Amino acid sequence: MSQQLMNLVEKTSIKEQVPYFEIGDTVDVHCRILEGEKERIQIFSGLVIARNGSGTREMFTVRRIVQGQGVERKFPLQSPRIAKVEVQRSGVVRRAKLYYLRDRTGKAVRLKQRRVDPKKREELASKKGARG
Amino acid sequence: MTVGLLGRKVGMTQIYDTTGKVVPVTVIQAGPCHVLQLRTQQRDGYEAVQLGYLDRPRRLASRSSRGHVAKLDSKRQRGRAAAGVEAVSKAGCEPKRFIREVRGPVDGYQVGQELSVGVFSEIEAVDVIGTSKGRGTAGVMKRHNFRGQRASHGVKKCHRHLGGTGCSADPSRLFKGRRMAGQYGNARCTARNLKVVQIDVNNNLLVVRGAVPGPNGGYVMIQQTNKIRG
Repeated sequence: MSQQLMNLVEKTSIKEQVPYFEIGDTVDVHCRILEGEKERIQIFSGLVIARNGSGTREMFTVRRIVQGQGVERKFPLQSPRIAKVEVQRSGVVRRAKLYYLRDRTGKAVRLKQRRVDPKKREELASKKGARG
Repeated sequence: MTVGLLGRKVGMTQIYDTTGKVVPVTVIQAGPCHVLQLRTQQRDGYEAVQLGYLDRPRRLASRSSRGHVAKLDSKRQRGRAAAGVEAVSKAGCEPKRFIREVRGPVDGYQVGQELSVGVFSEIEAVDVIGTSKGRGTAGVMKRHNFRGQRASHGVKKCHRHLGGTGCSADPSRLFKGRRMAGQYGNARCTARNLKVVQIDVNNNLLVVRGAVPGPNGGYVMIQQTNKIRG
């Protein structure tokens, strides 16, 4: 009962169309950034290595290499500041958390590409309660 | 006018405001409450509205609590009626589990009136009163955030002790108010000036910004804040 009441409150902050992506996907995250009065979109692209939390608290971690230095950024999935998440490439992964990639450099970071039918991806994304 | 309601803490979560900022909120299931009694200056020496929340099955309620909310027949009542004493008005509802009084002027209230969370619709901030989580007898580190003593360097068996408690031969006593170990929690506690974020009249939900004392499911009293904004 109390969980249902919580969901009622959280529902107001949850997106109607939650961006669909999976662990191991290379994504472009479009963030809305306020610069004084103006709003602009900043793109952070990298590999999704983890998702955690649920409901309004769900976060995902994107990792990329900048000038030989690993950079990780954690985004709140339901935040209105995340305009969209575009999937560029999918990778073959066997676990939900790709933290082992932190210890690797160079060629070893690469993931094998997984071909996903765009139609199937859309189908999965539109599924109710889809969670990548 | 006095504005208050009784309810139960549902739990905490976070929601996003219009600018995309995260707001930490507590969900409270508030009301519906019945007005059980009105305290008046003339009769009781103070003014307050007595509210009751959640029904207690009649078979579990004592006769006095049943008689508090509805008229019960008794020899005494018959005697008083015969003598021409006016009967006290009763709410005429089921016995209540949680009864509290909200201090303040009673004008506009009637015994038996039902209040919903809508009473907070024009109110910006509230005070929430509850019973904090009981932690039993707790040491000074947990209770007062003392730092304890070192793990090594000759400290023996008093790593979580409080250290010194005051002066020596003069004054040969402890000053009052010395913080020590003892019962921690399970005490009445007020969270003041919590901003009202959302009101859902259909589901009796009140969403306030910030934390509220007590465990999830604990009873709380909510009233308009008495904190004057500077």
